[in-house]
Amino acid sequence: MFNGKNYLRPSTLEEAWTLNQNKNNKIIGGMLWLKMGHKNISTMIDLSDLGLSTIEENDQEFRIGAMCTLRELEEHSGMEQFFSGMIRNSIESIVGVQFRNLATVGGSVYSRFGFSDILTVFMALDSYVELYKGGIIPLEKYADMPYDQDILMRVIIKKRTRKGVYLSIRQTATDFPVLACAVSQNQEGAWKIIYGARPGKALAFESGLPEKPGLSDIEEAIGKLKSWGHFAGNMRGSAEYRKALAEALLRKAIRYTMDMTRA
Amino acid sequence: MEVKIKVNHKNITDNIPADLLLIDFLRKHGFYSVKRGCDTANCGLCTVLIADEPVLSCAVLTARANGSHITTLEGMQKEAEVFGSFMADEGAEQCGFCSPGFIMSVLAMEKEFEKKGITNPSEDQINKYLSGNLCRCTGYMSHTRAIMKYLKRAGGLK
Ligand SMILES: Cc1cc2nc3c(=O)[nH]c(=O)nc-3n(C[C@H](O)[C@H](O)[C@H](O)COP(=O)(O)OP(=O)(O)OC[C@H]3O[C@@H](n4cnc5c(N)ncnc54)[C@H](O)[C@@H]3O)c2cc1C
Ligand code: FES
Ligand code: FES
Repeated sequence: MFNGKNYLRPSTLEEAWTLNQNKNNKIIGGMLWLKMGHKNISTMIDLSDLGLSTIEENDQEFRIGAMCTLRELEEHSGMEQFFSGMIRNSIESIVGVQFRNLATVGGSVYSRFGFSDILTVFMALDSYVELYKGGIIPLEKYADMPYDQDILMRVIIKKRTRKGVYLSIRQTATDFPVLACAVSQNQEGAWKIIYGARPGKALAFESGLPEKPGLSDIEEAIGKLKSWGHFAGNMRGSAEYRKALAEALLRKAIRYTMDMTRA
Repeated sequence: MEVKIKVNHKNITDNIPADLLLIDFLRKHGFYSVKRGCDTANCGLCTVLIADEPVLSCAVLTARANGSHITTLEGMQKEAEVFGSFMADEGAEQCGFCSPGFIMSVLAMEKEFEKKGITNPSEDQINKYLSGNLCRCTGYMSHTRAIMKYLKRAGGLK
């Protein structure tokens, strides 16, 4: 557990941002990850009073406040319908209900963990992050940016209908994923294929799949995947093992997605 | 800093260090049902309700909980007794260390099923809801039997 000397709940984003420029201070999200470290924190910054705890929905997009919990995200009926359960599927294996009632969207996306189910699923949708100083930028770009002291205000997912699936392989039901795969197809037929827990950070695989892939198109994509050099080994599995899983997951995900678009 | 927290309908005012965890606050005030079984927020032993939502008290700052209403097992004696008898009938407890957190989750689950109109939950739905509660002694089979019978009891889920 870390030590924290002071606790503050700023009432404006500017105040929170100013506090966060001091490297001895830290924003406290759900605290689940922070709590495993041993930092000496001068001021713990709580964003609870900044109106960042709601999921707003309009004609264009879902706007998910940084302080929303993973459980709220998982239970949101609008997103469930729009993205065919992908978001729920990506989240429901993370530890347990009591954990997900605390873990925040902001802490999860800011951290950009290699194992992140959340980053993986958001990247397979049309997602952006809104930063207090950095403005609205595509999530893929944010995923590659260095950790800085800006404040992540919300995640924005555009309401472009996508059918898709989220699949992961875990050694036990609620462990970190060994490999995660999110696949979606938009109404124009364009595919997004994202691998997470490679074990590196979520990354898009450019499959070249056409709108309605036949068997030979799928084999061609699998061929490309075999020479895609972005899987590596760690204690949960070797690069070869992940590659074999990646192929199986991709075949399944394409089939499930096509079944949905047909339906 | 000063906090005012309601625990099981009783107001408590205390002067606390800024980084005091809710679990330690609760134990300091005598709520010993709340226990620590891990340091990774994984085991569920420390489950309490904040405004009726189950959370891990080992990962909540007392400072953030200022002004809220907390329920621990001590505040749910009646409900716990009913479920406890189903556990006993199935021989579901071994050492019993995991029970307080587990019971809090089962009672929260029952409320949520009721709210969502789930009257006949599947084993899969139950397992998913309770996956954050670990038990070192049993194989969960007796737990599952006890929950199934408890939810189907007269006056249970409607
Ligand atoms: C035991 C365990 C198992 C897990 N398993 C999984 C899993 O299987 N899959 C998965 O995807 N994830 C998993 N996670 C990660 C978890 O889901 C959360 O992503 C993680 O705990 C971070 O969220 P938090 O709200 O707890 O953030 P915190 O721990 O509070 O913060 C994390 C970091 O983000 C910063 N931060 C928080 N909010 C903001 C903000 N708004 N703007 C800028 N910076 C901010 C904090 O300062 C800190 O540096 C696991 C975590 C734990 C502890
Ligand atoms: S003590 Fe293990 S989850 Fe809180
Ligand atoms: S009965 Fe011993 S830990 Fe569950």
